[in-house]
Amino acid sequence: MSVHIPARPPADAGAGYRAGKTLTVRVELARQIRRKRTLVAFLLVIALPLIVVAAVKFGPSSGGGGGFGDGDLDLVGLATAGAWNFTLTMLFFGSGFLLTVLAALFLGDTVASEANWSSLRYLLAAPVPRRRLLRTKVIVGLIFTVAVLLTLVVASFLIGLVAFGSETLTSPLSGTFGTGESLQRIAVITAYIGLTMLFPAGIAFLISVLTDVPLAAVGSAVIITIVFGILDRIEALGDLRRLLPTDYGAAWLDALGSQIAWGEMAIGATYNVVIFTVLIAIAFVRFDRKDILS
Amino acid sequence: MRRWLGSAAVVVIVALTVAPARAEVSPEALQLPGAATSATDPSPVTLSADLYLPTQVPAPAVVLAHGFGGSKAAVAEEAAYLQERGFAVLAYSARGFGESTGLISMNSPQFEVADARRIVDYLSERPEIVQDGAGDPRVGVSGGSYGGALALLLAGYDDRIDAVVADITWNDLESSLFGQSARGAGLGVLKQLWTGFFFSAGLLPSGGNPLAPGPVTECGRFSPEWCAAYTEAATTGTVSPAAAELMAASSPASVSNSITAPTLIGGGQSDSLFPLAQANANAEQISAANPDVPVKVVWHAEGHDGGVDETERLRALGADWLSAYLADGPAVSTAFEVSEVSGSAVSDRAAGTVDVLSTPDYPGLYGQGQRPIPVRGPTQQVLAPAGGVPAAVTALPGAGGLAGLASSVLALPLPGQSAGFLSEPLAEPLQVIGSPRVRLQVSSDRPVRDAVLFASLRIADASQRQILPNGLVAPIRLAEIGPEPVTVEVDLPAIVTEAAAGDRLAVVVATTDQAYRLPEGPAVYTVSLPDGEVFVPQVDVVSTATEAPAWLWPLGGLVLVLVIAVVTWLLRPRHGDDEPRPDASAGPSAAAADVPISVRGLVKRFKGGLTAVDGATFTVPPGVVLGLLGPNGAGKTTTMRMIMGLIRPTDGEVRVFGQRILPGSAALARIGSFVEGPGFLPYLSGRRNLELYWKASGRVGQEPYFDGVLEIAGLGSAVDRKVKTYSQGMRQRLGLAQAMLGMPDVLLLDEPTNGLDPPQIREMRDVLHAYAATGRTVIISSHLLSEVEQTCSHVVVMNRGQVIAEGTVAEFMRGRTGQRLEDVFLEMVGEGHTVVSS
Repeated sequence: MSVHIPARPPADAGAGYRAGKTLTVRVELARQIRRKRTLVAFLLVIALPLIVVAAVKFGPSSGGGGGFGDGDLDLVGLATAGAWNFTLTMLFFGSGFLLTVLAALFLGDTVASEANWSSLRYLLAAPVPRRRLLRTKVIVGLIFTVAVLLTLVVASFLIGLVAFGSETLTSPLSGTFGTGESLQRIAVITAYIGLTMLFPAGIAFLISVLTDVPLAAVGSAVIITIVFGILDRIEALGDLRRLLPTDYGAAWLDALGSQIAWGEMAIGATYNVVIFTVLIAIAFVRFDRKDILS
Repeated sequence: MRRWLGSAAVVVIVALTVAPARAEVSPEALQLPGAATSATDPSPVTLSADLYLPTQVPAPAVVLAHGFGGSKAAVAEEAAYLQERGFAVLAYSARGFGESTGLISMNSPQFEVADARRIVDYLSERPEIVQDGAGDPRVGVSGGSYGGALALLLAGYDDRIDAVVADITWNDLESSLFGQSARGAGLGVLKQLWTGFFFSAGLLPSGGNPLAPGPVTECGRFSPEWCAAYTEAATTGTVSPAAAELMAASSPASVSNSITAPTLIGGGQSDSLFPLAQANANAEQISAANPDVPVKVVWHAEGHDGGVDETERLRALGADWLSAYLADGPAVSTAFEVSEVSGSAVSDRAAGTVDVLSTPDYPGLYGQGQRPIPVRGPTQQVLAPAGGVPAAVTALPGAGGLAGLASSVLALPLPGQSAGFLSEPLAEPLQVIGSPRVRLQVSSDRPVRDAVLFASLRIADASQRQILPNGLVAPIRLAEIGPEPVTVEVDLPAIVTEAAAGDRLAVVVATTDQAYRLPEGPAVYTVSLPDGEVFVPQVDVVSTATEAPAWLWPLGGLVLVLVIAVVTWLLRPRHGDDEPRPDASAGPSAAAADVPISVRGLVKRFKGGLTAVDGATFTVPPGVVLGLLGPNGAGKTTTMRMIMGLIRPTDGEVRVFGQRILPGSAALARIGSFVEGPGFLPYLSGRRNLELYWKASGRVGQEPYFDGVLEIAGLGSAVDRKVKTYSQGMRQRLGLAQAMLGMPDVLLLDEPTNGLDPPQIREMRDVLHAYAATGRTVIISSHLLSEVEQTCSHVVVMNRGQVIAEGTVAEFMRGRTGQRLEDVFLEMVGEGHTVVSS
């Protein structure tokens, strides 16, 4: 085999290299989209409504026609009222754990797994500037998080439409809404739930930058979120619990009143955005100074 | 306040401002003479009082009266607040309570009100109090419940009173204790639970320790007249003329036409004892008698049943009111204020949030107008069970905070005991502020004396749950009904709520409620709604929006985020990122620009003290294949990582074509590297990996030479398989191909021959020679010294982090005929090092 090595072009010190063109969002999307992890995440959020429909239709307690849930706030019991309510219930189910895990996965796995595969050092040596690498990783992680959230909503709505009809939203608090109003409420709730994913996402991303073990990043974010959730239920902590970002996780229920009560959601959204920014800022500064040994 | 705790940043501020304890002047304890002990004993009672003086005297005074069962201690917090607002506050225990002597006469003009007038007399003698004239201090009176009635009665009897604040209290004691919502009907239904609670609160021995041994009496600290009245009511449910007279005398209704002091009247929405109708009567009577007297009415969310905490707001409002009329403080609008409990359904700490709505003129119980809402239902029969049990549970007197929201949701009428009349789903949200009205038709097959019914307006949602706002029902007591239907006009409980679109209104008529005294005998009533309508009061209100609007939070958050972003930006490393910037220290000098790699005094000390590289200095000339040699731990890989900008040097510098290398330096684009094994995305094919790596590397308009490097990799068709299926050697070759993408000016290869078989090693050697022949530079590190000897023209030998030799292979071997590089190398690094040669 004779290899032809082309002649060296005239010396022009790094000509052609543009830092602003390295690891674009489009390229990072192409790098991530074929991962099995990504596929599984989307399948999960499509499977969730299907499983619930199956449980409602074929479950042992389907005789009564209503409610396998009871309690003050009958979100679950209303699930079968129509596509809108079904979507609402799926958002309720999803926001508890599944979406948190997925957000943590998309942002927690992203840098740590590159380190784990050793591809991180070649990207940085390319060179992709460190902050640009993190920036792209955060954007792509958030794009995927929003995409699964929207997939959950759209899939739930379509599946609910087939299974339970197009009846508009009935609030578990009181009242029913028209189509436009239903759309508005579901949109507000979806947006808010999306924003509450920022806290686990931020934690996961920070740990992802600090460690080479992808599972550690995702796991710690989920565990921290769960621990905060438990702390949030300890009455003895009183108003201290208002400091926990997870305290605002259910504030979207305020979008179900006769009027949308924005107060709690505004605080929750702001708190999540601010904490996310702080965590990402720490990640950026830490990564700047980090020696890449992986 | 709670909302403030939301943001971490704000909490710090709160913690800082709350910390210093406020300096309080402790009150002066007094024993004051009151009015006569009883009708037969003219000696005065002794009233235990505390005088709180503000820092600035003379000051206007406020007489602070406590609620039933309390004492001056119960209002200490409020007294301290008013003291801080600049008032001289006289808080005293009413007769029969706390350490005051005497017996309870339920604010009788002859006793409690006379006591309070003595207190005013006393204030006129104190020099610290502003005086309007001889014996006339500048004084307001404030109280809630029992103390609120005292405030109104005192203002009615004593024209020295200059301002009144009366909260959740009665206008007419009889109609408060015997609820009657049917217009024009006689005595109402005894609020058995409430009166029982009240009476037992007055039974405890003075001092209030229920466990202290002491004589037990039927009347406790109640005066004999009141004890007799209670006993009669509790045993028979009736009121003798004497008792009626007692109650009338103790009712502000008796003197409301002579109240001329500005009066702030609070009514509690969560109050089944003194409902809003009582506050309404007080306000309307005062205004009717003296239209010029400023009267402000507030329907807040608290009450005897608990409700939502508004203490802070109400306390401030009361102080503002007193300040306006006693101390020439800023004027307080007399606009009607009404709290709408709504908002957060999820906060388990607050039962709800409160939106304060307002309208300039007090609309009264029936609103500015009334909207008829059709409610339909057949004529229904309801059973009043014998003995009155089982009874529905609505309001929970004495349960305090528990009752508020819980009863709103839970209250369900018992089957067979209630008739329901339902509206169609509401087309739009319906706000209810006040007392809805409805006409009932009631009959019974056989004559019944003392028929008792409870009417309520409920809100039924789509899942058929019924919400009973504030757990309030309207008691109805009819002296006699028979087969001929009787039509009664009923004022349903005054409420403040909003029914959502889609909800239905339900008028429910029930026969039992455990809070009331129910008739013994069983009866069956036939109930219908002759109009088929309920008249809902409507009030045009605007939100006073006392709280920060919701958008302030995102705005504040946005500012904070921007600050964080700017700080992070400022903290970013000076070099390397984004576009290359002209920098004197980083810029190439003309001569240095031709030197592919120059390492000067390079030091890397890791945390933990390991010094991996310790002052390495060497230069790599262009167009050579240079071998970087050294035993394990010599610092070869760390040096290579510093050349790649992966590790920050502790000291010294690396220059590539004269440009200083820091993470992200543009000059790194001229280096193709392969260090400590390949790094690929395992789920993509080899070809896809290279394509995406090239795209990620930001080299615009350059030729990647995919075909050429793939030929070097020699993967054949495997190049389109996923990388995770590759063998170690295949990955190694793909890694080398990646390093050569775009044919960079410098190749930096760490152990490139690992995992290659001898023919491949030989090919690789040819490739590297050809590469250097084009004027490009190759640096390899290897353990295989024989391989290095054959491949490299130059070597750099490192040991213990330092460069111990540098030169051409020819120079090294000069004069060492027959020796191999390995021997020379071992000689240099000395004994004690084993060179791995596999």
